[in-house]
Amino acid sequence: MSVEMKIDGPEQAQGDQTGAQAVLGYAADRPEGGLKVTGAAPYAAEPCPANMAHGFLVRAPGLGKVRLTNLEVVQGMAGVLTVLRDDRMIRNAAQGTSEGAPVQGVDQAEYVGQPIALVVAESFEQARHAALALRVDTAGDDLVVNPQDAVAADDDIDETAQGDLESAFASSAHRIDQTYTTPSLISAAMEPHAALAEWDGDKLVLRASLQMLKYSRTEIADCVGIAPEDVRVLAPYVGGGFGSKLGICAEAVAAALAARQLGRPVRVVQHRRQVFEVNTRRSETTQRIRLCADMNGQLTGIGHQALVSNLPGEDFAEPVLQATHFAYAAPNRLLRREVLRLHRPAAGSVRAPGEAVGVTAFEIAMDELACAAGIDPVALRLRNIPRNDPESGLPFSSHRLAECLTDGSRRFGWSKRPTAPRQQREGEWWIGTGMAAAFRVNSMMEAEARVVLSAQGVRVETDMTDIGTASYAILGQIAAERLGHPLSRTEVILGDTDLPPSSGSGGSFGAASTGTAVWLACEELRRMLAGRMGCDAADLTLKDGYALCDNRRRAIADLLDGASVTGHGRVQPGEAGDKVRQATTGAHFAEVAVSDMTGEVRVRRLAGTYAAGRILNPRTARSQCHGGMTWGIGMALTEALIHDRRDGHVVNRDFEAFHLPVNADVPDLDVAFVEDRDDWLGPLRAKGLGELSICGAAAAVINAVHHACGVRVRDLPATPDRVLEGLV
Amino acid sequence: MKLSFSVNGTPRTLDLDPRVTLLDALREHLQLTGSKKGCDHGQCGACTVIVGGRRINACLSLAMMHEGDEITTVEGLSGEGLSVLQQAFIEHDGFQCGYCTPGQLCSAQAMLDEVAEGWPSHVTEDLNAPAQLTQAELAERMSGNLCRCSCYPGINAAILQAAGTKAADPA
Repeated sequence: MSVEMKIDGPEQAQGDQTGAQAVLGYAADRPEGGLKVTGAAPYAAEPCPANMAHGFLVRAPGLGKVRLTNLEVVQGMAGVLTVLRDDRMIRNAAQGTSEGAPVQGVDQAEYVGQPIALVVAESFEQARHAALALRVDTAGDDLVVNPQDAVAADDDIDETAQGDLESAFASSAHRIDQTYTTPSLISAAMEPHAALAEWDGDKLVLRASLQMLKYSRTEIADCVGIAPEDVRVLAPYVGGGFGSKLGICAEAVAAALAARQLGRPVRVVQHRRQVFEVNTRRSETTQRIRLCADMNGQLTGIGHQALVSNLPGEDFAEPVLQATHFAYAAPNRLLRREVLRLHRPAAGSVRAPGEAVGVTAFEIAMDELACAAGIDPVALRLRNIPRNDPESGLPFSSHRLAECLTDGSRRFGWSKRPTAPRQQREGEWWIGTGMAAAFRVNSMMEAEARVVLSAQGVRVETDMTDIGTASYAILGQIAAERLGHPLSRTEVILGDTDLPPSSGSGGSFGAASTGTAVWLACEELRRMLAGRMGCDAADLTLKDGYALCDNRRRAIADLLDGASVTGHGRVQPGEAGDKVRQATTGAHFAEVAVSDMTGEVRVRRLAGTYAAGRILNPRTARSQCHGGMTWGIGMALTEALIHDRRDGHVVNRDFEAFHLPVNADVPDLDVAFVEDRDDWLGPLRAKGLGELSICGAAAAVINAVHHACGVRVRDLPATPDRVLEGLV
Repeated sequence: MKLSFSVNGTPRTLDLDPRVTLLDALREHLQLTGSKKGCDHGQCGACTVIVGGRRINACLSLAMMHEGDEITTVEGLSGEGLSVLQQAFIEHDGFQCGYCTPGQLCSAQAMLDEVAEGWPSHVTEDLNAPAQLTQAELAERMSGNLCRCSCYPGINAAILQAAGTKAADPA
């Protein structure tokens, strides 16, 4: 049996059912915390089966046809078992939810750094030594690597237009027309991509660091040439993903092929410098933004044109305009995106694809318009909140941007701010404040979960992953709440494709989708328990292991009579997405200091106020917001993948040269949530949160830099040289 | 090559390829996989262990260099139960994915000892005064341990709480 639901409308919210246990919505500890602080949580590269061999990927040092010139020497090196070159190896990681193999092959290097062989040896040291000794020549094609040398094909251009932007722009009271650039960026999760492949006859067991197991199982089956049913993927602990582990990755396919050939387990871990090139990057963007408004600051036109890139053969295109479609009202609109085909490492999803860079550039442009029109930046945004989706006319399922802006500005003390830039100075430091709104689309994915209830307690089972997102905590909290058990008697088993297929982790949809599946599985169990109590499920109260109704109280264990019972839940997106526009919103406020001597920017305060449905666990939710806001600091000030202009290779492929924020870069972060009661979410009423806080956070910092010292940075990141250029 | 050292108070003897790093000796040869390999370059701090009371990046050090050394890894931080610092990391959500956490914990443990011994840092104003664990000092001293989940606020709150408990405890 199973309780199934499609989210079609508010009727599925079923009033305001929570439970009596009072654990959902509370700041519970992560149940796996003990394992993580003692080093006992097993990540992908940690099991060490007997007879395991070690593989090390070999990269193409150039573009074009690949030739190995000393293969025999390397094959004869100490400990080397094989130098695998197989047409089934993949060029780059699969895009999220692709369910099939990405582009395969090792004969042609389409980007510098592409894996073109796997050296397998008895020890890690032998494999690494031999892989570095392998001489790889590339020759041939003159491939395009720079955006300025490419033109988008017709198939790679998307455009939507309403009204007449050109006329509105020409006749407007206030206008800005500026171009912004953001560089290639990278997820850079702390755990490098890793896989351990073992074959049991014709069946593959893959331990890997992946976000969406249901899809990756099909992807690797397609890569290797076996049926998905013959693959089991295990990922109980994932050391961060941020999009880089959405699809099957190169090391996993290579490990599976090598393990089959050698008849023994093979582990392959990407070296950190490989992580920077063989997975997916966030595309660089060039964004021309035109905004025009009437005397009162009411927007009359919005133009947003974006250039992004990807390798040939990749479907993914950075959805830069995703939030521009619905963020602000204006009758005249022109939105256009072009994808250039460049031979740089593949582009794909990195935390909040689209909005992370699109909202950031747009919110800098809004600040420029506010300056041009002499309107307070908060007031400008409040004035332009749309009543309905400005393009489709659909109503919003809920819209709490105004509350985020007003509550956030009050928390931050925005009203104390001098209007003009360059007003506050402390020694060599200019001080200023800036703000930006946050927008992120909200979505739900198909998900299933199983919940087992027995005298021992509650056990949740699904192939969902916890990539740091607190899946272990919140799924346990949902089940404990609905089935009236303390968290100490609730267990959550994740990361195994033998369990019911979940949404996986990505796109901020994990908590709402898989959480709802858990809720529905509990619903089946509640109905069963109500039947045994002889009452309606709606009248049943479950608390502390007891069932209560009609003044009767029985231990749940007694009702089970020694047996365990299983509930199964399945949720699917329904018609809600066609009836309403659903999103999460927020507001960021930043205070920075800018050195007049060096152009260095220090973030002194950063605050975020967010509306994102029901907050399932305020402590872990806050941590996710800390993460996004810190990524915003990195995007604003330090992070940039630099491509060599000759061959497109990533120049700075390690943490020494790619600067993500460290402890000393991050000030105290203030996080607040406004109530967002959205009826279009099903009974759990949860929305995505993991990505919202990166959307626009960098713009708040950049706008604060302008307010502090008068320098408007339009090419991110605002490194000291770029700021100093404006100061002198 | 033969090698003997002590890990978390237990004597260990290994016969290793001289290319094996201390990190790989722990992870691959002693199955102490708590110490993490985030970069193998000394740039992320996930592999931080304590050798002779000092925190080091285990990936930047060959195992052979540690003959006779006393090494503490994350597995050695707890005794009967979790340490004050480990418990504080859980309470303050000082981790999300957990991959950098063992390095953060070893680093924090040794860092508190450095402060107690009066070691200055880059941001110490007065080199002659006793070192204070201010927010700026803490952030500076912990900046060799990267966290991409960006749990720095929770990490710092946890360390300050543990340091306070430690100071209040006469033992």
